[in-house]
Amino acid sequence: MTAATADVSGQVVTDKPAKGRRSDRSRSEVRLGWLLAGPAFVVMLAVTVYPIIQAFFDSLYSYRLTAPADKHLVGLHNYVVVLSDPVWWRAFGVTTFITLVTVLVEVIVGFALALVMHRAITSLRGVLRTAILVPYGIITVVSAFAWYYAFAIDSGFVNHWFDWVPGIDTNLNWFAHQGTSLFVIMASEIWKTTPFISLLLLAGLAQVPGDLEEAAQVDGATWWQRMRKVVLPNMKAAIMVAVLFRALDAFRIFDNVFIMTNGANGTTVLSLLAYRTSIGRLEIGLGSAISVLLFLCVIGICFIAIKLFKVDLASARGER
Amino acid sequence: MRRRTRLLAVTTAVAVTLPLVACSSESGPPRLTWYINPDNGGQVEIAKRCTEAADGKYTITTEVLPRDAASQREQLARRLAAKDSSIDIMSLDPPFIPELSEPGFLAPIPDDVAKKVTTDVVQGAIDGATWKDKLVTIPFWANTQLLWYRKSVAQQAGLDPSKNPVTWQQLMDAAKQQGKFLGVQGAKAESLTVWINALVESAGGHILTNPEASADELKLGLESDAGRAAADIIGTIGREGLGGPGLPTADENASLTLFQGDRGSFMVNWPFVWSATQAAVADGTLPQSMLDDIGWALYPQVDDSQKTRPPYGGINLGIGAFSRHVDLALDAAQCIVTPENQAYYFATNGNPPSSTKAYDDPAVKKAFPMADVIRQSLEQAAPRPQTPYYNEVSTGLQETWHPPSSVNPDTTPQRSTNFITAVLRGEALL
Repeated sequence: MTAATADVSGQVVTDKPAKGRRSDRSRSEVRLGWLLAGPAFVVMLAVTVYPIIQAFFDSLYSYRLTAPADKHLVGLHNYVVVLSDPVWWRAFGVTTFITLVTVLVEVIVGFALALVMHRAITSLRGVLRTAILVPYGIITVVSAFAWYYAFAIDSGFVNHWFDWVPGIDTNLNWFAHQGTSLFVIMASEIWKTTPFISLLLLAGLAQVPGDLEEAAQVDGATWWQRMRKVVLPNMKAAIMVAVLFRALDAFRIFDNVFIMTNGANGTTVLSLLAYRTSIGRLEIGLGSAISVLLFLCVIGICFIAIKLFKVDLASARGER
Repeated sequence: MRRRTRLLAVTTAVAVTLPLVACSSESGPPRLTWYINPDNGGQVEIAKRCTEAADGKYTITTEVLPRDAASQREQLARRLAAKDSSIDIMSLDPPFIPELSEPGFLAPIPDDVAKKVTTDVVQGAIDGATWKDKLVTIPFWANTQLLWYRKSVAQQAGLDPSKNPVTWQQLMDAAKQQGKFLGVQGAKAESLTVWINALVESAGGHILTNPEASADELKLGLESDAGRAAADIIGTIGREGLGGPGLPTADENASLTLFQGDRGSFMVNWPFVWSATQAAVADGTLPQSMLDDIGWALYPQVDDSQKTRPPYGGINLGIGAFSRHVDLALDAAQCIVTPENQAYYFATNGNPPSSTKAYDDPAVKKAFPMADVIRQSLEQAAPRPQTPYYNEVSTGLQETWHPPSSVNPDTTPQRSTNFITAVLRGEALL
């Protein structure tokens, strides 16, 4: 009952391994597979699963790092405190807003950049791809400082360069209001991570069979029709994977907010709230509860993407 | 093939373990590690001097902590909670001392040492180094804010702060009339707490009325005339734009830049501004006339019937409770805080001594003509609330008193009292 399909290269691949007795060769291959992947698997368990379990365990206690003697079990009380506090819900709202706006803009701009990279003439391709990828190579903290200093009221140049734009003048303090602070935070985030999206989308574009597009062109389809009916449906898997990866990343935004406003003027995001509680207040119990909830939010995003939007990670990687 | 693999494995194992062995074996005199806050190299030089003075008994090496006080506290608290034995001596910001002392992270200071290191020391510094009536750290340098003013602006307003104390109301009136900006720190940071505390204390109140109580019994003193007077001053400066457009993000450096600009008038700030302005003049980025126009006086009063209580800051030396060389660390700390070293530190790095003797040093008088005002300010200074829950109190204040334009004497003191109380009882997030 094994389903067999022919892949692009014409080789027969099987979706499910054959049941029954395995040959010596396949057994030794399995053993080799475990030997190769096993250490990485164990390390993964040690650095991800162990801290997650520890965080959940800590979240059930009232535990302050500087008062270790007062540690006591409080059950789910920390979760009740967090979920009934407007601070959590405000941070949740801000984080969701940043995620939605940045991912949407990044997908649109990233797609445009991917098209440019895809269509660029061969001699320019290398230079263009490198140029587009430069922001992605910059460490987030460094980019956050660069954007902060560019917009800062005392040392920034933006107010002087753009004072002809209505609403911008030399007295505009970008980091003193919620709207303007979020604008700079999101602009920095978009600038830095759009190359990542465009790279994933470029891989998707490369998978769209050229003859399909040519056929559509011969049939008289316009550029827009070709995009909508041929290119986009064929790279849906790549787009959804790009959106999923970026949404997970964007939801955990920390560096930009920490550097630029440190949560002032209603810009606190969930990661910053977790940091402030665990590391700033040294309230390990309460902070762990926030971290566990943040983790559940991320799982939720994965679940929605995979079940509702049917993102197929395996096909996007070209495994099927 | 197999032999080669075995040889490779043995070589790798030796290569990996050798450096570890080298790390664990310590030859020569014990090495003390002093965790310092970033400065202009003064503490490194003092460490060198004390290593020489120890004459082979110990050596002192320094490790630099993060830039801001809150991050310094975070790192030290986490290391000490993990019983880090590498922390022998640490430079501590006074507000965080109770939090580290309460769980026993600081080694006790023996009575004879305590007596020695508090002789001829300004009272503010001794208060800041004490928790529950016991000296738990060694006073090193003591900081305070002064009122810095542009003589030309003060003269036009008919004020002479160096002769007669001035009030915040007079400063606000003068700035308003002349279209100038006041240099105050309105950023959502520790500097805002410093400002609020100085205003409340100067009005005769306290942020906490029982700072030694446990978290759920702490009582705030903001819902008082003093709290309302402080809120009135901060709110007025914020709403009327007297702190300039940069006020909601202004820290000490931003205030200094504003003060040095065309619309600078009066500023409350630490003495580093004097050496910083002198350096700018020497570099040619500011004219000499700017430096000549700067005057200094005691921190402004909230009302003219009460003495001002300026902010108190600085650094004290804590001895790590888990250090392997507590006795040597105590010895080294006493060397670090000698009046000579403090005078050197003030003259070169601009950080005022806690030792009254150091103020008589001719090098200090030459570098800081306002040394006597600083000394007087330190005698009058009020520390920030001394409680193991200082971080909650300070961050809670910053949450509710920021931005300055939103501060209202009728609502802000009550709102911050309710908020901080809920946070301390574990009923609200910060």
